[in-house]
Amino acid sequence: MSFRTAPPAQLYTGDKQALFTAELRTAIENEIAKYPAERKQSAVMASLTLVQDANGGCLTIALMDQVAAYLDMPPIAVYEVASFYGMYDLEPVGRHKVCVCNSISCLLNGSDELLTHIEHKYGVAAGGTTSDGKVTFKEFECLGACKDAPVVLIDKTYHERLTPAALDQLIDELD
Amino acid sequence: MVDNQNTVCFRTMHLNETVRHSLAAYRSLGGYQQWERILTERLEPEGIIEELKLSVLRGRGGAGFPTGLKWSFMPRKAPGQKYIVCNSDEGEPGTCKDRDILRYNPHQLIEGMAIAGYCIGATVGYNYIRGEFYEPIAHFEAAIQEAYAAGFIGKNILGSGIDFDLYVHRGAGAYVCGEETALLESIEGKKGQPRYKPPFPAQSGLFGRPTTINNTETLASVPVILERGGQWFLDQGRPNNGGLKLFSVTGHVNQPGNFEVPLGTPFRELLALAGGVKDGRQLKAVIPGGSSVPVLPGEIMLQLDMDYDSLAKAGTMLGSGAVIVIAEGTCMVKVLANLAHFYAHESCGQCTPCREGTGWLARVLHRILHGHGQMSDLALLDSVAGRIGGRTICALGDAAAMPVQSFLKHYRHEFEHLIKHGRPLDAAA
Repeated sequence: MSFRTAPPAQLYTGDKQALFTAELRTAIENEIAKYPAERKQSAVMASLTLVQDANGGCLTIALMDQVAAYLDMPPIAVYEVASFYGMYDLEPVGRHKVCVCNSISCLLNGSDELLTHIEHKYGVAAGGTTSDGKVTFKEFECLGACKDAPVVLIDKTYHERLTPAALDQLIDELD
Repeated sequence: MVDNQNTVCFRTMHLNETVRHSLAAYRSLGGYQQWERILTERLEPEGIIEELKLSVLRGRGGAGFPTGLKWSFMPRKAPGQKYIVCNSDEGEPGTCKDRDILRYNPHQLIEGMAIAGYCIGATVGYNYIRGEFYEPIAHFEAAIQEAYAAGFIGKNILGSGIDFDLYVHRGAGAYVCGEETALLESIEGKKGQPRYKPPFPAQSGLFGRPTTINNTETLASVPVILERGGQWFLDQGRPNNGGLKLFSVTGHVNQPGNFEVPLGTPFRELLALAGGVKDGRQLKAVIPGGSSVPVLPGEIMLQLDMDYDSLAKAGTMLGSGAVIVIAEGTCMVKVLANLAHFYAHESCGQCTPCREGTGWLARVLHRILHGHGQMSDLALLDSVAGRIGGRTICALGDAAAMPVQSFLKHYRHEFEHLIKHGRPLDAAA
């Protein structure tokens, strides 16, 4: 006996082939295939990640609605997920994301200096984007690489044991 | 033998770093032989579970629950789909061990998951890996592809008639998903909000089906326990505290890192492995099991051994094995304010005491740290912490409360000094 009910479904009657690009649809289908057929909603997190990456790093209501349609979900169920998890950005972002870990092991090794440095040098606080649209800075909770503190996640790569000067150099190298 | 004799999860660490996560490297150390033996000899799951019980392998994610016992709760022969889920949502501040298992020894985790699936009657497994772990996910997914290609997972494995499919579910940035039922909600495509227990996952877990959830390190330990025997594993540690354990030693140490040592290793020796306290400073305090467990003053820690029971007796916990070392010259108000901020940020918002209480703790500590505190704030912190602990669905509430209570117990004078004088008592660096 199951104690939990299946998630609410909202069948989409339009043409799913008109949603997204063929490439994205294939990637989303690969995610859907990981779960039981009646559990397409399980692919919502991966779908949002794929769609966000393809959209330059952020989500929009229109894109979330498309994800909802593709997975036969009520749009509100998609918004709930997108607003709950920290890696989804619901506002426009810069070309790159620089995420500074601010948790305990990084704090003990100078992450607050990195954050202060960023604010002074680039003129934006955590959460903000540089005026040239190059970088969005984010403060992140523990990145799980504490032995390499202080850690900064730049787009998809961890950078370890960073000083303000080393961080500047990495940012300079971004396009 | 080779120099990996006394390793379990870090068995491949001594190999060349460009290939150590490959199938060939794992096979060269005897990898997948236990899985092959189980399938060809048709070993009874009960016997494997007995071996695990003998080893006293306890859950490495933080709770320390005996793994063999957990597996035995599964209704293995009941009809219908069952699941094995690996928790690689490593996010407890201070903890960075599972990341290295995924990066450097992913096949051992796959073998452990396949064996677990066999024992509990699950033909499908999911590994929930936190979304920020791009490199570990890439290594683990590549390993899955290799294991499928070699026929160690998939349909009718090695002609045994046994099936086991394994998938990665990526997280997207939520500490609370490390809580096992929040993790299940997350796999179901929802907000990661913990479920009431009972029903326990062994009765009604993923998609309402019987499910076992184990930590990465726990599952990766299984193949070695079966190879060398439960008694061997137990003998590596101490009675009731079997085996080797990964410790992430971080903070103010000269050589922070992950160290795989026997449970019961004196803290003093572990600290020495990490190169001692940074820059020759004095040891002030240690949070021995991840940010959620009570802090202990350095002089107490130096007398303790690193196992579940020794630390519990001293009033703290082994937790995930994340040892956060704090040197003299550190303002403990600043440390606690950082921890409180973390829990306030990561509370899922489901239970009022945690949602509201973690915010109160963070705000009150913030004002004390910035010189705007009052003496009555200390009683307020005690009171708020006491009203969160034990009053929430999951342990995140307790995790937020315990540091506050322990910091006030051991370092109340630093809080009082800062409130009275507007500057920290101990903040050389």
